[in-house]
Amino acid sequence: MHMADALISPEVGVGFWALSLGGIIYSARKLKEKIDEKTIPLMGILGAFVFSAQMINFTIPATGSSGHLGGGMLLAILLGPYAGFIVMASILTVQALFFADGGLLALGCNIWNLGFYTAFVAYPFIYKPLFKNGKNIFLATILSAILGLQMGAFSVVLQTYFSGVTELPFTTFLMLMQPIHLAIGIVEGIVTAGIIRYLIQIRPELFESLSGNGEALVSLNLKKVTVTLLLLTVLTGGFLSWFASTHPDGLEWSIEKIYGKPEIPEKDHKITEFLKNLQEKIAFLPDYSFKKSNKEQEKEEAEKYPNLDAGTTFSGLIGSAIVLAVIFSTGFLIKTLKRRKN
Amino acid sequence: MRFDEEFFNLGYIDKLAYQNTFIHRLDARIKVLISVLFVISVVSFPKYEILRLMPYFLFPVIFIALGDIPVGFLAKRVLIVSGFIFFIALFNPIIDRKVAFYFFNIPVSYGLISFFSIFIKFFLTISILILLVATTSFSGICYALRYFRVPEIFVNQLLFLYRYIFVLFEETMRMVRAKELRSFGNKGGDIKSFIKLTGNLLIKSIERAERIYYAMLSRGFVGSMPYLRKKRIDIYDISFFAISFVFLVFFRFTNISTAIENFIKR
Repeated sequence: MHMADALISPEVGVGFWALSLGGIIYSARKLKEKIDEKTIPLMGILGAFVFSAQMINFTIPATGSSGHLGGGMLLAILLGPYAGFIVMASILTVQALFFADGGLLALGCNIWNLGFYTAFVAYPFIYKPLFKNGKNIFLATILSAILGLQMGAFSVVLQTYFSGVTELPFTTFLMLMQPIHLAIGIVEGIVTAGIIRYLIQIRPELFESLSGNGEALVSLNLKKVTVTLLLLTVLTGGFLSWFASTHPDGLEWSIEKIYGKPEIPEKDHKITEFLKNLQEKIAFLPDYSFKKSNKEQEKEEAEKYPNLDAGTTFSGLIGSAIVLAVIFSTGFLIKTLKRRKN
Repeated sequence: MRFDEEFFNLGYIDKLAYQNTFIHRLDARIKVLISVLFVISVVSFPKYEILRLMPYFLFPVIFIALGDIPVGFLAKRVLIVSGFIFFIALFNPIIDRKVAFYFFNIPVSYGLISFFSIFIKFFLTISILILLVATTSFSGICYALRYFRVPEIFVNQLLFLYRYIFVLFEETMRMVRAKELRSFGNKGGDIKSFIKLTGNLLIKSIERAERIYYAMLSRGFVGSMPYLRKKRIDIYDISFFAISFVFLVFFRFTNISTAIENFIKR
């Protein structure tokens, strides 16, 4: 479920880059206060471990399809939220760079979707309270993995919607993404819980020393995390609604909802009629009409769709062909010149 | 097997990145900056735009030609990752059926246009990303990130991760191979054996981290990692940046294709 550059608008890309970078800077500060030198190589190795584990496929019972580990929850459990988030972000960065998963601009979205929710929502609010002294590993891990992935999937849908690049309707996409990621979340939870239990069985002292790390960090800051989360939610909300307002459809839709409600009593029709006439006369905010006339609707459509009649489209076509020809022959020329030089 | 392929691919990119060409010699900071500007510039075009994206092919072509990157390698990488985007973009021609114009009596819908627009944007952004990595060493990129004030812990993390991916990949490959040699038919691919395999790998990794830590301590590790000071920005870097920047601005705000065509027609 990696987001791709081509699916997002620059505003969404830059916005989520800012959020993710904020998360990285915040986590780095937190880690600097408390970090044990030993954790630095451990973080690197565990990142590489998750990376390798992701490459191993296993078959999912009853479906016959194959799955693989995501690793976000596992890292949060082993390293605590801050280090877990940083490691997940570094994995996604290397994936974006070397496996071309997503892209440069979409990396901010991906770090947010796959890193933030598991480390800063699922871990402190689901896993921590449920997991007590080695009990409830399965319940705690599966629930938190499901929640993390559900939020991540929802976030993908939101980003796609607000970018407006695809025609995919919001609800359809939502109905596609959430159930798929419910299944993925359950598998992820089972596998993560299995690995944790295996570690506890074989090397309990290793698990103790690791989770001690995360615990100290979390118990200190649960309140702070809550406050930050609330703040972030408000900020994101504001940020997204700002987009909604620059998104003409959303605004017009809500305005229609407000003004076009059938609850307006019949009597008032005269008033609305009068207002409408008045409004047309003074042409004050022409778009905010109570009921759109046909003309206005046409105009709106014309604004939504650029005018692409055959004439203008083909006028650019030949020019583009020339541009491409020049570009590719330049490349070819450079290559042959280089070869001759050698 | 998927595993070997990814491993060799990683090694191959690493090898490509250590060539010595004009593009490789450019400062990593300049290349990172130009790549980011390139992506933002491409993505900022409206969704029904195709023709004005064409001039942007100049950048990948120049990177390939000057940087000695095999075209086949790039094409293969781009094709591998295009699954998800294809699935999402496919909805455009299905849902958005308004006819935009007729191409020799064949109706072309707005959805089809935006579908191709997404694909071209995808091709451009992904290829510039692959080319950036194939022409810049990873330590160079990390140095650039550090220069742009990305937190040190995160950058160190990237360096560590990249270094140990190679080590752990080999280890994992051996373990997977050993498991496969011992399992017959379809056995050994279930969740239970996966958990045991990865559980073992995890324990091995944690122990390895401990050994690495002691090895680092004995070599004078004090909690932070020194960075090699790279060369200063020279005249080539500045001129590359300036020219690229001018081109990017030019491509974004003028319509070259139509301009050329009008010029010819006159």
